[in-house]
Amino acid sequence: MSFEPKILGIACNWCTYTGADLAGTTRLQYPQNLRVVRVMCSSRINPSFIFRAFQLGADGVLIGGCHPGDCHYNTGNLYARRRLAVTKKILEFSGLEPGRFRVEWISASEGNKFSEVVTEFTAQIKSLGPQTKFKISQ
Amino acid sequence: MSRIGVFVCHCGLNIAKTVRVSELAELAATLPDVVVAKDYKFMCSTPGQEMIVNDIKQHKLDRIIVTACSPLMHEQTFRKVLAASGLNQYLLTIVNIREQVSWVTHDIEEGTTKAKALLNGAVYRARLLAPLTSRVIDVNPNVMVVGGGIAGIQAALELANTGKKVYLVEKNSTIGGHMAQFDKTFPTLDCSACILTPKMDAVLQHKNITMMTSCEVSEVKGFVGNFDITVRQKARYVDHSKCNACLACTEKCPGKGISEWDEGLVKRKAIYIPFPQAVPQKPIIDKESCTFFKKGKCRLCEKACEQKAIDFEQQDTFVQVKVGAVILATGFDLMDTKPLVQYGYGKYPGVYNALEVERLFNSAGPTGGKVTLRDGSEPKSIALLHCIGSRDKNNHEHCSRVCCMYSLKFAHLFKEKTSADVYQFYIDMRAAGKGYEEFYNRIIEEDVKFIRGKGARVTQSADEPGRLVVEAEDTITGKFIKLPVDMVVLSPAIVPRADSKDVARLFNLSTDKQGFFMERHPKLAPLSTMSEGIFIAGVCQSPKDIPDTVAQAYGAAAEALTIVVKDKMELEATTAMVNPASCCGCQNCVRVCPYGAPGFNETKRVSEINEALCKGCGLCASVCPTSAIIARHFTNDQVLAEMEGLMEF
Repeated sequence: MSFEPKILGIACNWCTYTGADLAGTTRLQYPQNLRVVRVMCSSRINPSFIFRAFQLGADGVLIGGCHPGDCHYNTGNLYARRRLAVTKKILEFSGLEPGRFRVEWISASEGNKFSEVVTEFTAQIKSLGPQTKFKISQ
Repeated sequence: MSRIGVFVCHCGLNIAKTVRVSELAELAATLPDVVVAKDYKFMCSTPGQEMIVNDIKQHKLDRIIVTACSPLMHEQTFRKVLAASGLNQYLLTIVNIREQVSWVTHDIEEGTTKAKALLNGAVYRARLLAPLTSRVIDVNPNVMVVGGGIAGIQAALELANTGKKVYLVEKNSTIGGHMAQFDKTFPTLDCSACILTPKMDAVLQHKNITMMTSCEVSEVKGFVGNFDITVRQKARYVDHSKCNACLACTEKCPGKGISEWDEGLVKRKAIYIPFPQAVPQKPIIDKESCTFFKKGKCRLCEKACEQKAIDFEQQDTFVQVKVGAVILATGFDLMDTKPLVQYGYGKYPGVYNALEVERLFNSAGPTGGKVTLRDGSEPKSIALLHCIGSRDKNNHEHCSRVCCMYSLKFAHLFKEKTSADVYQFYIDMRAAGKGYEEFYNRIIEEDVKFIRGKGARVTQSADEPGRLVVEAEDTITGKFIKLPVDMVVLSPAIVPRADSKDVARLFNLSTDKQGFFMERHPKLAPLSTMSEGIFIAGVCQSPKDIPDTVAQAYGAAAEALTIVVKDKMELEATTAMVNPASCCGCQNCVRVCPYGAPGFNETKRVSEINEALCKGCGLCASVCPTSAIIARHFTNDQVLAEMEGLMEF
């Protein structure tokens, strides 16, 4: 059987989650490896969520927020952007392959972009194979 | 131990086609704390809702999971079901297996597995949910309407007639918008001014409407029910409280500016009212074309003004307005067709855009309603080119919706006012509207020639100087044609206002692919936005004709009224709180919050969150080094539990 990765997504309610819904209403097809957690703002995302996702066995983590400057809460995603950039560095410093963690700004009208990003990211994670660096075996 | 009920919706075949719903219910029954698990064809229908109500009572359920469409669709519906059953509405979890599962895959295995993962995550999260109490706030009864075109005027009048106070903000010096520029309106050909100017006057006279012309919104604070908006009153250099509208100033003014009103076809004075029926009837000075502002002397208007209303020292001022709801009706721009060099707009004097032609027909326009070319001659043949920049993947993909109809109207008016031959170059004729197809048939009878083919290029005639040649492929005959004409009328794409991005940011709106303001739901909430209490009407949402715009204006007024009609309203309870026992007093939260909700209690040396200001983004919770801040409904524990559930499948 081919490797079917598990990808955890965390999406902000106002842009990326709505964009994902739009991908659905316009019936855009993409791989089903992504499971999305909805938060109100990308700024809610505590770096510990991301580390925990990898510990739980996520093969990839995809974060989605509003485009910088378009945050529903004015400046939330600007904080998120900085924090997630640092998180990425720490992850990679700790030995995670660079391609496993990705942050994308996807607006509520970008259903196309959502499905493209998910398709591309899923393919990338497939080629990287299972994530073992952080995974805690049960 | 909680008692969870799981309700899986088929949504007809929308979900059931690519997710095995009964299998989901079977799985749910095996998950921790799940007492009841059922699937049903339409969970949102009355029988579906009753099923949930009955099960809550019968099985003493204290958590409900509805596995169905997006929470953005029906979270509110099912929250009401919980509330009706005496259960706290925040004990609901929605699992989105339609928009984010069944509609994005054709593979039932993939779909079912993903749905199981999402459901499992929801069960883990639901166990940790806590009941929350909604905040009740006072509602400001006033409404702001931004944009004084027909949409804004209609919305303002409706609201004002219910007794609510309305602030109508317009950036130009007069209300009226684009509709006031038109001569006739399709398909009835009634005169635009005759149906609009009485409404403009009604706005001026209405005791409940405060008209704010030459004004722009510069800052928006607060939230639904309590917006605190700063409006910039641009300097008019005429004190309108003193001006008696005698307009002696405009007669004396030597300045010449380009008349925006007449689409640049003629000049106007530097101190001016845009058109004779403008509301208010009081002039402003355009700094760019005023001789005094440019050269430091003149002041002829000042000498002419008996009221001493001219004030060259006037500055922009800022006005604070408090309202409970806002309607945006900011209208549109026409695409600038100059970059489409193949059409020669701006290069050949015989090429016009649609709004310029509206002004040529208008008896108050630059030619007094006579159709003449820029050299004063009457055109003998006229080509109307549809879809310039719209329905065009290289420019704007959308259909501008009104161009077919106004081009038919132009054809009729050209036939009425000239003896010219009139040609329509179209891709498809779109005449969907009450009386539109009939109007189309009528114009066909009027000896207008229809060529099915998009105008490809406009060039200068080599044989007859001053004449133009329209090149196109007639897709019915398959022939390439070159048609010599005297006048070309372009129907440019209708596009969002140049500053619509800024307006969207001010009011926290999303914009769609074309840049128009995005509605909350394309079908069921076309006038609401993602920002609660902010509504949209008219072309700022998407291109549409006057009847649709007016209908939306009524609708938006009704939507705004549902908010301001009440004295109090409930706000989302999903705010943040500080656990004082673990707060270290670092004040990170105070520094990052965009709303100033957290404050530092100097006596207790801890942060405290003012719930009235908190919007529940959760930013403070993630910058809190000691996890003392709890983002209600999105707590660390709840998010982590959901993730754990998701990763098990």
